[in-house]
Amino acid sequence: MSALSFIIAGMLAAAMPFLLAALGELVAERSGVLNLGIEGMMALGAVVAFIVVRHSGGHAMGFVAAGLASAALSLVFAWLALGVRANQVAAGLAIGILGQGLSALFGKRYESLTVPGLPKLSVPGLSELPLVGGLFSQDAVVWLGLLATLAIWATLRFSKLGLVIRAVGENPHAARALGYNVIGIRYGAVAFGGLMAGFAGAYAATVYTPLWAEGMIAGRGWIALALVVFATWMTGRVVFGAVLFGAVSLAQLAAQAGGVALNSQLLASLPYIVTILVLGAISANKRLLKVNGVASLGEPFGR
Amino acid sequence: MGIRMIRRTTASRRMAVLAPMGALLLAIVLNFLLYIVMGNDPGAVFYALLLEPFVSWSSFSEVLLKMTPLLLIAQGLAVGFRAKVINIGAEGQFILGAIFASAIPVWFPQATGGWIWPLMLLLGGMGGALWAALPAFWRVRLNASEILVTLMMSLIAAQLLAYLLVGPWKDPMGFNFPQTVMFQWDAMVPTLIPGTRVNVALILALLWSALAYVYMQKSFQGYQLVVGGLAPHATAYAGFSEGRAVWLSLLIGGFAAGLAGAAEVAGPMGQLQRSISSGYGYAAIIVAYLGGLHPVGILFSSLFMAALYIGGDNAMVSAGLPVAAVRVFQGSLLCCYLAAIVLVRYRLVRDGHEVPA
Repeated sequence: MSALSFIIAGMLAAAMPFLLAALGELVAERSGVLNLGIEGMMALGAVVAFIVVRHSGGHAMGFVAAGLASAALSLVFAWLALGVRANQVAAGLAIGILGQGLSALFGKRYESLTVPGLPKLSVPGLSELPLVGGLFSQDAVVWLGLLATLAIWATLRFSKLGLVIRAVGENPHAARALGYNVIGIRYGAVAFGGLMAGFAGAYAATVYTPLWAEGMIAGRGWIALALVVFATWMTGRVVFGAVLFGAVSLAQLAAQAGGVALNSQLLASLPYIVTILVLGAISANKRLLKVNGVASLGEPFGR
Repeated sequence: MGIRMIRRTTASRRMAVLAPMGALLLAIVLNFLLYIVMGNDPGAVFYALLLEPFVSWSSFSEVLLKMTPLLLIAQGLAVGFRAKVINIGAEGQFILGAIFASAIPVWFPQATGGWIWPLMLLLGGMGGALWAALPAFWRVRLNASEILVTLMMSLIAAQLLAYLLVGPWKDPMGFNFPQTVMFQWDAMVPTLIPGTRVNVALILALLWSALAYVYMQKSFQGYQLVVGGLAPHATAYAGFSEGRAVWLSLLIGGFAAGLAGAAEVAGPMGQLQRSISSGYGYAAIIVAYLGGLHPVGILFSSLFMAALYIGGDNAMVSAGLPVAAVRVFQGSLLCCYLAAIVLVRYRLVRDGHEVPA
């Protein structure tokens, strides 16, 4: 298999942890709440899913448990940020640290253990194609993740719920005047973000690299946060960004396997360096951020 | 019947002192419930984690040693946090400080003289400031979030450290361990209290705190930074640019973290190695918030967090408490604190009750 077809075949799977987490955060941010705790929520979801799958609970149960655990953690954040109106940045960092701590604590006895991954489901015909065939042979979570992406895109763009979420983020006072429960909708959006971060962690730990190692999320939650900015809060661009980062992380592996004479630390830094560069390039366009940005992002809302 | 939050006309000073204590109590209760569920003996953990760090001089001196980097970093970060410049990359700035400081003993292992350790500390501070300068540039010139860029810079710093330790800076006689040579005597910060590992860096951290107090509470520039954090438009109108606040905040925070990193390699470590930071850069964020972003509050919160580190080590040895439990404690403590300080600015009133003016 050539390096290119290896990257094409694997980039969707590599993109999944970024994509799921970033989509969840996108919804939360669209409602006006900035949750910096994604890394910790992913870490918690990862360990919970790993433990369930390891004890033969199956992947479905693992994902459900991970989603619920991370959603619960995100509700702690929501209560701090929305309930008692604490500083959102500090509250996000706090539950991020808490999540990473809990992940290390629960995962201690599972260090270096493995679980079975998931089989690939192929699209007949298409998966036989040269070069790009691998793209059509993915595990069930990737297919479901792509469906979920479509559903989130359609919901935000066309449904009344999506309109209300965006209105709450754009102008909470007007939304409240129209009779919407701003705080309630934000709670829901944050919990959805937690659920998705849990799925993202579960995918990373039980499907993508089904082996437990403390700190295995390795900054992917932070990159997911950056992706939302890259995408200027648009669903389609989140997908593009996530796949790009999936491809970058696979290019690392392909380069190492191909014996490219670049040192491994530099390769490992590549996603972080790319993040900094892209973040600079996109943010420099202030007009773009202003037009697409969420007006009330991070601002507390109270009577 | 619900409970409503009513904003106080002035922040309650009584609550400003009581709330952190209440938060601490709540965090202790929650975490000990967790220890009981995990099957640890709560009595043994309580003694090892919360009392033992203070009962003997030898363990308390270790607390002071751990307090030094936390205090240095947190005072630096708090300056930025008050100006709403959120530098969460102190971990990377700490690592760069350690690397810069190590350059002298690694390249000149034979050098002698009393000038070596002060120069190392200075280089360390500059290394940290340099690592924070890029996020500052990215924020001021490119409008990029310093939160994300500083964090990414930390992840890169960890890789840079790993590269140096397996590559050019590896001790050739070190049995292939990822660490540098042990530093020469003159590259070590002098010990302050004989018989302990507490060194002169503690004095520097206390001086730095005094400086932070004068700067933030008494100087005009500190005042501008604080007001800029609260009302950016007002300060912009008064001629104080946001860009200057970003540069000042990040350079001060980076310098402090770098200094702490230098003091760590030139102090308790005595060489550059993988585990130079036990997450000080992240813990210092908690220290800064727990101290109410106030120089005096940070003195107390850094002392407590340092004790928690030492107590965590004790509890691991004597009560089998996993190391990660300390991080859980730190995270939950910050959550409890954030919930508790709401009482400083708000009063809780039951629905239906009259609100006295």
